[in-house]
Amino acid sequence: MLGILMKSWRVGIVTKTQQTKNRNFGRSWHIRHVDCGSCNGCDWEMNALLNPIYDLQQYGLDFVASPRHADILMVTGSVTKHLQVALKKTFDATPAPKLVIALGDCASNGGIFKDSYATLGGVDKVIPVSIKIPGCPPSPQEILDVLLAQLQKKVV
Amino acid sequence: MAAKEPDLIKLLLHKFSQETKFMGVKAGNEYYLEVSKEALPEVSSYLVKHLRASLATMIGNDERSISGSFRLYYYFAVEYEEIFIVLTSAINPVEPAFPSITPLVPSAQWYEREAQDMFGLRPVGHPDPRRLVLHHDWPQGTHPLRKDFNLDSLEKLPSSDYPFGEIDGTGPFYVPVGPIHAGIIEPGHFRFSVAGETILNLEARLFYTHRGVEKLAEGGTLEAGLKLAERVCGTCAFSHSVSFCQAIERAANAQIPERALFVRTILLEMERLYNHIGDVGNICAGVGLALGTSHGNRIKEAILQLNEDLTGSRFLRGINTMGGLKKDISDQQLAALKTKLEQLADDFNDLAEILLEHDSLIQRLKGTGRLSLVAVEDLGVVGPSARASGCIKDWRKVFPHGVYGQLEFEVAGETSGDVLARLKVRVNEVKTSFDLIFQLVSQIPAGAIVQPVGELVPYQAALGWSESARGNNLHWVMIGPGNNIFRYRIRSASYCNWPAVPLAVQGNIIPDFPLINKSFELCYACTDR
Repeated sequence: MLGILMKSWRVGIVTKTQQTKNRNFGRSWHIRHVDCGSCNGCDWEMNALLNPIYDLQQYGLDFVASPRHADILMVTGSVTKHLQVALKKTFDATPAPKLVIALGDCASNGGIFKDSYATLGGVDKVIPVSIKIPGCPPSPQEILDVLLAQLQKKVV
Repeated sequence: MAAKEPDLIKLLLHKFSQETKFMGVKAGNEYYLEVSKEALPEVSSYLVKHLRASLATMIGNDERSISGSFRLYYYFAVEYEEIFIVLTSAINPVEPAFPSITPLVPSAQWYEREAQDMFGLRPVGHPDPRRLVLHHDWPQGTHPLRKDFNLDSLEKLPSSDYPFGEIDGTGPFYVPVGPIHAGIIEPGHFRFSVAGETILNLEARLFYTHRGVEKLAEGGTLEAGLKLAERVCGTCAFSHSVSFCQAIERAANAQIPERALFVRTILLEMERLYNHIGDVGNICAGVGLALGTSHGNRIKEAILQLNEDLTGSRFLRGINTMGGLKKDISDQQLAALKTKLEQLADDFNDLAEILLEHDSLIQRLKGTGRLSLVAVEDLGVVGPSARASGCIKDWRKVFPHGVYGQLEFEVAGETSGDVLARLKVRVNEVKTSFDLIFQLVSQIPAGAIVQPVGELVPYQAALGWSESARGNNLHWVMIGPGNNIFRYRIRSASYCNWPAVPLAVQGNIIPDFPLINKSFELCYACTDR
């Protein structure tokens, strides 16, 4: 009892870190979306994962409403200067263990907007990124392939 | 397109003989009037109140390297004549200010604030002079679209407070929402003042996804500009690319091959289809009606896959080019498209029938989020959001582009201005779009798909437009030396409509906000650029 209390007082860390190495999270990834200045192409393709065709939830994956409920942050956009604080706060609010996925060219490396006065040029300029999915935008099938491969499952 | 000055122009020049001077016609129907900046409010007001013109867009430009001054271009659309009257004024850098026309023409409000942020040109007398595009933490004197703006002088910015408006009284409290929202949605901040559940006031703070697109385009090639145009937004990508290409083509007075125009029109309608059908699904998501959301998204997905079959891109990127298309779509592909769309049209009609007879849905939608016709006209709201309130304007009819001038169709409209009206307008427009595509597929001629546009004379400029799913979007391009872009101004439909959302929300309960927001379904990325 005291052990669990002591663990939760160390803010956010309530499970063992081995999970992060397996990138498995019990094969049930709860994903929080963070838009850091995307054109909304990647966001809509992410949304499409929840439609009856791709039906992300059948694999045990889902999107959640709060970073507090999340294992994974899926970030889109090249990180505009206006959103860097929100991104940092969202990352800090997500309990460990956690992973960050940069979705799309903009999130991976700034994409076509990387040389702008208004952007920082990629998510890894602000928070550590574990997986980058390229594309402009990547299709829902491509996103699904990456997610399922990470879960050590293949789509038949 | 008149060969000599229309009577309207003569009337204006006669009435304002001291203050205006006719500078000629550009691109066939853009009538330029040089106006002294002091006369801008009076002439603008006359255009709107007496000549029934409406402000279509306003462009600020740093022309100090050309003529020694900044310049403003106010584009007024005179729909019944199919012309634009452009009031243009030089602003001396020594006195970077101009009298705001917003008190007389409210739809100018954001354009003038943007000119202040981007160029440092102060709109004197503007009722809301707060920063718009650049959030408050940018240093004073930061004006990115000035040609001498120094990129390296900017560092990381701390967060700071925005002076939101306040409500008097001890009862009301604030509910701040965003910029990171609960769902998979773009970022924006909404500050509600509520009394219990009822919204007294909403202030939206946008431009979180401001990426500096217009500055990135400057000094770049036309092809690079086109790539940027297609990536301003995902769901309006094709209509933005049409608007950009059309601006260049009008500046060059280029003749686009007929087949290319047909294909562009088909793809504009495909974009309208997937957007509207997805929006119908999203409106159902706003009330938790999973049936509507699932079927809406299923049909939308089918159309995105058709887009990919036709062009290689689900969002129709990479098919347009200046002068036509990059590659053709074969007649066999179009025939296959027609067959699949016929089935999807049946599917959608079934869904629409279920939804419009669904009592619990109608109860949530009827009377919610009313936007009055007065607000629509004063603020210059465009697209289905305007048509649902009784302002029946559709730039496919008013300023025909593509081959819309040759097609038979009705413009959808309602009068109640509530969420139900915006749903009905979309349902009707979907039916029209299916029909338009069938007409286009049966009439498309054979032939070339591209006629390359020659090199343009420096400092030529023209307007291009298209009616996107959310309303007309207007792109203005001024060419510089070396056939590069000197200035690129993108005005999307969402830019016009966001200021109206707070008005639609007043008096509604806060749980209805997602529903009302989804009924407008505006793009943040389109607005913020």
